[in-house]
Amino acid sequence: MKRLAYIVPLALFLFLAGLFAFQLTQPKDEFVKSTMIGKPLPNFALDPAAPGLAGASRADFMNGEPKLLNIWASWCVPCIAEAPQLEALAEEGVDIVGVAIRDRPEDVARFLERYGNPYSRVGADEISELQLEIGSSGVPETFVIDGKGVIRYQHIGDIRADDVPTLLEELEKAS
Amino acid sequence: MIAEIGLAALWLAAALAVLQMISGALALRTRAREGGGDANPMAFYARPAAMVQAALAVLAFVMLLYAFAITDLSIKLVATNSHSAKPFIYKLTGTWGNHEGSMLLWVAVLALSGGLLAGAERRLPERTMSATLSVQGFVALGFYAFLLLSSNPFERLPVPALEGSGLNPLLQDIGLAIHPPTLYIGYVGLSVAFSLAMGALITRQVTPDFAKVMRPWVLGAWVFLTFGITAGSYWAYYELGWGGWWFWDPVENASLMPWLAATALLHSVSVLAARDALRTWTIMLGVLAFSMSMLGTFLVRSGVLTSVHAFAVDPERGTFILVLLGLYIGGALALFAWRASSIAEGKRFTATSREAALVFNNVMLSAILAIVLLGTLYPLLTEAFDVRVSVGPPYFNPASAIFAIPMFLVMAVGPLLRWKDDTPRRIQFELSLIAALLISVVSLVAILGDYAILPVLGLALAVGLGVAAFLPLRGRKLARVPVAVWGMVLAHFGVAVALFGMASESAFTQERLAAVSAGQTESIGGFDVTLESVDPVAGPNWTAIEARLAVSRDGGDAVMLAPQARNFWSPPQATSESALITRWNGQLYAVIGDAAGVDAAGNARWQLRLWWKPFVTFIWYGGLLIALGGVLAIAGRVQVDLRRRTATRLGEERREGLRALGKGPKAPEPAE
Repeated sequence: MKRLAYIVPLALFLFLAGLFAFQLTQPKDEFVKSTMIGKPLPNFALDPAAPGLAGASRADFMNGEPKLLNIWASWCVPCIAEAPQLEALAEEGVDIVGVAIRDRPEDVARFLERYGNPYSRVGADEISELQLEIGSSGVPETFVIDGKGVIRYQHIGDIRADDVPTLLEELEKAS
Repeated sequence: MIAEIGLAALWLAAALAVLQMISGALALRTRAREGGGDANPMAFYARPAAMVQAALAVLAFVMLLYAFAITDLSIKLVATNSHSAKPFIYKLTGTWGNHEGSMLLWVAVLALSGGLLAGAERRLPERTMSATLSVQGFVALGFYAFLLLSSNPFERLPVPALEGSGLNPLLQDIGLAIHPPTLYIGYVGLSVAFSLAMGALITRQVTPDFAKVMRPWVLGAWVFLTFGITAGSYWAYYELGWGGWWFWDPVENASLMPWLAATALLHSVSVLAARDALRTWTIMLGVLAFSMSMLGTFLVRSGVLTSVHAFAVDPERGTFILVLLGLYIGGALALFAWRASSIAEGKRFTATSREAALVFNNVMLSAILAIVLLGTLYPLLTEAFDVRVSVGPPYFNPASAIFAIPMFLVMAVGPLLRWKDDTPRRIQFELSLIAALLISVVSLVAILGDYAILPVLGLALAVGLGVAAFLPLRGRKLARVPVAVWGMVLAHFGVAVALFGMASESAFTQERLAAVSAGQTESIGGFDVTLESVDPVAGPNWTAIEARLAVSRDGGDAVMLAPQARNFWSPPQATSESALITRWNGQLYAVIGDAAGVDAAGNARWQLRLWWKPFVTFIWYGGLLIALGGVLAIAGRVQVDLRRRTATRLGEERREGLRALGKGPKAPEPAE
């Protein structure tokens, strides 16, 4: 009996060590996934982020065509990195609605002038209201919204060249 | 050149660790075979190897310190963690503000304590000492391998960098100078306790003498851990700007768990030293304490858990530490399972004795440790089933309180009991005094207001414990009370003081969050806080906005406070520098936040966050008192020890003299 008690610590330790070893082999997913996937967009209407642009609202997503909703900001460096990929997606005929987070009109205008404007509309979200409501935890993030305004897919971080086919595929699935 | 000297010193130290390990082991083998005959010639090398190794490891650390001091940008570690424009003190502290440097510090302290053990410890049987040094060499070797193979701090860049990328601004604080080294010394001190426990287990010499050798190491490690945790808690409190002092964050827990184990070990080793009881339990705790400090290192460095501390994590390093963990702790526990039953049971005692009280508190401490461990690892466990959870204060506070409350009660009474056997009737007066205090504080607080149950119990226990801590001195001549007893009294009183601070902070804290423009006044806890102005200021490597707050209490003279929201430019990061007013009965804590638009008159408004935290400082005063109590206990033990050594020497000289005269006893009695 006593002998058995002396083995308990070892057994406990082996269990923990096994758990650690298992966890170490697991790929670490640092991203916070939105819980809004599969749910409809919340109601929103954003003013244009800069003069001469169109604002964005929930109604814009209800015309039956799947769209991309791109969360970005002029102060965000990875957003510059993903600009060419957004341009490529726009050339494929994808409708991209931008939402500029905590930004200033003049900065938005300058950014679009320098890195191109792939957006059909750009709304200004000055206090991250929409961003938080759709479960985005950072900038940039890109959501696939189907023709009925339901969030279908979330891409976290900047869009790399090899992410473009995935996004096109998700758009295809959503239509 | 500097880097190469450091690297060479490290490799040599690693080689000496191999020698120490083999030499210690050989000493054991020959003796076992020849039944106490002449020692293996190799056995001689264990002690010198440990001592020279200490010098080499310290040399390596000093070399890295120097490289950071002169910002040698040809060394990768310096280039990625330092910056020429950084204040000099933070260049130095930056040495251990990163993974490689902190592991080098760890190894240097490990080697230093190994050297100290080898050089200074002569009381243990030589066989036990050999086994201990062998284990110590084995442990050190693992960490040298880790450092040299996977985290070389002296790696050169092919082309020196033009400028370093700087140190995380949160770490540019005097806290970094104190907090990590003290914790490391504590962790490493536990490794010596571990080696000693293994040495005693291997040679089956779990005796009071062994406990007396182990005790100063445990006490020392425990003092440093206590101090390190206290300093770290205060650092987080004023640096993070969240107003909290403990977040149950995995990394904090990683430092708390070894402390809990060390606290239990400290008490059980005292029982072993004084009463020759709790033999296997002491060995078990010796293993547990060190395994908790290794587990802490693993959790922090491997990145399996998410924490606000965000160390540079690396799964490969995690794997390395896990292998070491398996080797040392798995090995030790296997040895324990195999050997423990061959250690004779110690002396017996009744349920109402000081031993019993200590055992009870040991079990409670272990239970709290289990609660913290479970809470820390639970997210890891559920993640294996793809469920993400985070465990926070709603679990930790009540779950640990279940065991902490009975522990504090027994802690108040335990020191009053006699060893071996006692009756509650003998300490009737003390018992009723403590009970009366508990009841009156609970009723008083209940009359005063409506507070949560735990803080109220905490306040009552703090008062009861604070008085009970001094009761062991009752009826004794204070001048003749041993220093070690004063240490215990002080440490127990420190627990009461810290508990009082914690309970008071959670029961009575007032918080105020407001958007104010210049000239406006907010009131909190009897203070009137007026925002006078908000101005930009610049430091050596940051810019900030600084609020000027005029704070006055009851219409008295205003004190100026200047909290800042800082932006560091290398690396770019924002921090918030809180500003504090400390009074004897608490602290006013002010943080300035972002701009919050304009008010009706068009003046800019700023987010201002204020807390009045009554008696919050007692948490850290208590921590310091506990550590000071530990220091006194060590001092007392060392004093007694030295006195005994001198007495033994004098006695031996006298016997020698008598023998020379032909009058002495044939065989000298062993001195006590």
